[in-house]
Amino acid sequence: MLPETTDILNALVLMSNFVFVPALAYGSQLALGALGVTLVFGILRFANFSHGDLMAMGTTIVILLTWVLQANGVSAGPLPTALIALVPAIVVTAIIAIGIDRSVFSFYRKRRVAPVVLVIASVGVMFMLSATVRVIMGTDNRSFTDGERFIIRAREFREMTGLDEGLAIQTTQALSLVVAIVTMIALFAFLRRSRTGKAMRAFSDNEDLALLSGINPDRVVLVTWILAAALATIAGALYGLDKSFKPFTYFQLLLPIFAAAIVGGIGQPIGAVVGGYIVAFSEVMMTYAYKRFIAYLVPEQWEPDGLVQLLGTDYKFAISFIILVVVLLIRPTGIFRGAVIK
Amino acid sequence: MTDTTVTGAAGVATRKSANADEAPVHAIVERRQSPLRAPLAFVFMGGALVATGYFQSPAVALTILNMSLVSAIMAMGLNLQWGYAGLFNAGVMAFTALGGVTAVLVAHPPVWEALQVGGRGLALSLLIVLAIVATIAFLVSATRGRTRSFLIFVTVIVGYALLRPVFGSAVGAIESVDPAATGFIGGFGLPITLSWIAAGFVAAAVAWIIGKVALGLRTDYLAIATLGIAEIVIAILKNEDWLARGVKNVTGLPRPVPYEIDLQQQAWFIELVERVYQNRLAGITDAAAREQALRQLVVDGSGYFVDIAYAGLFTVVLLVLLALCVRALNSPWGRMMRAIRDNEEAASAMGKNVTKRHLEVFILGSAMIGIAGAMMTTLDGQFTPGTYNPLRFTFLVWVMVIVGGSGNNLGAVLGGFLVWFCWVQAEPAGAWIIAQVTADMDPGTELYRHLQDIAAPFRLFVMGFVLLLFLRFAPRGILPEKVRHS
Amino acid sequence: MYLVGEDMTGGYGGADIIKDCTIGVDKGEIAVIVGPNGAGKSTAMKAMLGMLAIRKGRVTLGGKDITALTPQARVGEGIAFVPQTGNVFTTMSVQENLEMGAFLRRDDISGTMGQVFELFPILKEKRRQHAGELSGGQRQQVAVGRALMTQPSVLMLDEPTAGVSPIVMDELFDRILEVRDTGLAVLMVEQNARQALEIADRGYVLVGGVNWREGTGEELLADPQVRQSFLGG
Repeated sequence: MLPETTDILNALVLMSNFVFVPALAYGSQLALGALGVTLVFGILRFANFSHGDLMAMGTTIVILLTWVLQANGVSAGPLPTALIALVPAIVVTAIIAIGIDRSVFSFYRKRRVAPVVLVIASVGVMFMLSATVRVIMGTDNRSFTDGERFIIRAREFREMTGLDEGLAIQTTQALSLVVAIVTMIALFAFLRRSRTGKAMRAFSDNEDLALLSGINPDRVVLVTWILAAALATIAGALYGLDKSFKPFTYFQLLLPIFAAAIVGGIGQPIGAVVGGYIVAFSEVMMTYAYKRFIAYLVPEQWEPDGLVQLLGTDYKFAISFIILVVVLLIRPTGIFRGAVIK
Repeated sequence: MTDTTVTGAAGVATRKSANADEAPVHAIVERRQSPLRAPLAFVFMGGALVATGYFQSPAVALTILNMSLVSAIMAMGLNLQWGYAGLFNAGVMAFTALGGVTAVLVAHPPVWEALQVGGRGLALSLLIVLAIVATIAFLVSATRGRTRSFLIFVTVIVGYALLRPVFGSAVGAIESVDPAATGFIGGFGLPITLSWIAAGFVAAAVAWIIGKVALGLRTDYLAIATLGIAEIVIAILKNEDWLARGVKNVTGLPRPVPYEIDLQQQAWFIELVERVYQNRLAGITDAAAREQALRQLVVDGSGYFVDIAYAGLFTVVLLVLLALCVRALNSPWGRMMRAIRDNEEAASAMGKNVTKRHLEVFILGSAMIGIAGAMMTTLDGQFTPGTYNPLRFTFLVWVMVIVGGSGNNLGAVLGGFLVWFCWVQAEPAGAWIIAQVTADMDPGTELYRHLQDIAAPFRLFVMGFVLLLFLRFAPRGILPEKVRHS
Repeated sequence: MYLVGEDMTGGYGGADIIKDCTIGVDKGEIAVIVGPNGAGKSTAMKAMLGMLAIRKGRVTLGGKDITALTPQARVGEGIAFVPQTGNVFTTMSVQENLEMGAFLRRDDISGTMGQVFELFPILKEKRRQHAGELSGGQRQQVAVGRALMTQPSVLMLDEPTAGVSPIVMDELFDRILEVRDTGLAVLMVEQNARQALEIADRGYVLVGGVNWREGTGEELLADPQVRQSFLGG
């Protein structure tokens, strides 16, 4: 006995509403975060533990500027005001990132210390950034979303299609995807086409040969931090708009971001993007309760009793971790063969 | 070092994990050092604690002392991993929490009712899990390639399908047993000091699993893997209410030392207090007032007595572990560890099994952290999974090791004391600074209220700053690793 | 001579690896450094490139003292270097490898790239492929091509034929002869002493970090002591 067409459609809408749309938005945010981590890893060759808090810092600046704009009556119409604040916030965050590099990381880089020393230094930076963010914003949830909340509301969708299930797409979800795609296209064009972008790839591929070719390492590092700060600010702001801003959650994002970067092949930008979506979809799909979805597709007597949820939402970190472990065991270089793995 | 600086300045050098590159942290730089350095540092630390007792209160000083002892053991455990072997463990928190839950499982009395309704289901679940693991182990050795992957996949799916209903109903039954008070399986009802040993084994077992997966890869990978395991362990402890009540906390754990309220009724204790405070009591002539004063002293004294008893127990553990660590460091095993750390490639070329040595030291260090975790839960008398956060329980321990002196056991102990002291005192210090700044402000304003919240993050900032300062200007810590000639 | 390292003495940190070693090469000729393992051949070349700071002696290029310059600055002065390993950007296309070679140039590089493609026609065919996907011999061609993109006056090669088949080696030496004929000074360190000396205009035999024999390629090939020691009789 096959399910009816409307039931199939209902099931698909249900999946879109609770799995595809949220995972696409979350995946976009993770991909941008992982791109920042992977760029720093590719060029500076250490796992930057302070990246999560750099995202929080960038978001803090976005929020502060958003408040200033809102107070002066500036708005982006149906879009969140934060979108306007993004560009100046990137500039400020880049200056902070470069300042951190000059005062902390460059010292160790010049001495060519083992990468792990840089990791420890990034822990120190993490403490200080995290403290600064908490000093400015406090530790509570803060929402800074304004403008139109939805592109499509569930009720409108139901009325439009006549289906039982509704599909709601929030502005911030669509915005995450669009901004991420635009950012990625711009970044890849930069890395593929521009002279500086190629120099960065060359430096990441083979530092000694890059130096022999006359590539200026200081400039490469400078541009890397500007890009890392920009990616962190965009990723952090989109995440904050989509969920809400809470300093500690940005530290916790570190794990899925690292997982995304490693799954894709650390040091490989395209890998970071693919990894971001893999981690996001795994997280959302593994923690989604499929009860209603199945109910649409099977005859009534087969309907499951339980929630049909593989894993509680509280264990979403476990999914990043399991993906990480599986990759480390099966293919430590990641999908796209990261360049710098022992 | 010479050639790296020369070619480094020239800008072209190969980046390898050769020993010279690790110079700032592990370099063997000969420098004459006063033999009084360590004793002086500890005397200074003792002085700071005494001053705290004098200016703030003895209770505060004793509380700091006890947590310092626990922190010192954590730092020693991490020092084994980082200082001896150069392993980056970013999951100190996981082992601390595992120690904590072990304390609950060993010392809490069993909840018979819960075991009656769910014990069988749990046991069956355990059997299913073991069966899955055994099947996978068999498949790994008996099959190859795609067949293996497919069969493992099938085993996991089938096993999960079998496990889920059994485990789910057992958990449901257990958690509905008087949820406000218990709702979990309880423990073995054994003396809580036993849990310190058990915690070492539990942490060691988990470390073995992590080490098997992540050791032998880049150090960064171990860092990320341990960061992940820490989040998972905390998530499990927060959510699996049947195990240790999750965020509802387990309180009132049995103590290895007497309770204040019992002490206050013991004749010998009252006599002891009388003797200690003889002079002060003698100055009071009025009998009723004297009785009143004595009662107050007995109440205060019972608190001090309990703290001192804890301190005594912890000191014994610390000294035993310290002696073991010092012995291990000076043994052939310890020398080999350092040889591997200083030049992994050379050690590996000489036929040393680097990964195996790393696994050993990772397990030992984690076990020590587990012991410290159980001790901390014992000291608190409660297990509160919600309070574990990586900044406090992982990275603060890192600060302790770096500041104290990586590779030096006494350094780790000193770091544990000093950093914990600063961590506790930074909050009131921050509050004091804020109070000075906001003294003239209108308490009604938003800014004033906001500034009052700054005191807490202030110490995070201080710790980050201290870590970076040491890493840069004194990367070998206050008590640097001793250089031996062999 | 155009590029000369005179009385070079130095090593990595501890003991000196090269002692009073003198190596030179003129434009339009090939100079080859041969010698047993550990004789300091590569060290001598690295000293001339500035990757090793020498304690004593000096390096001149066209009469100008370049002893104090960094390797990058020497690259800017017209010395191109092909390392023995890691000499291509494996994750970049052949064409991008060549572009990176010309990184310091701000003028139109298409002419030079055309010349490189003429010298190594296979590279033109594979210019969109990643260098990491090429065979060992093709990679060496990319490496030499990358070095030539700076339009250098001196080309230094550190064991360019290590690990390639004899046919590929002959082919590569033919190309190097062509490069010499365009007027470049070519300085090579080689393990395959006989074949290298056959194309060499000038040869240096280093033993224990000091000059042991020196002469034209033919002279050295004819020298009985050299034959006995290195060329298998």
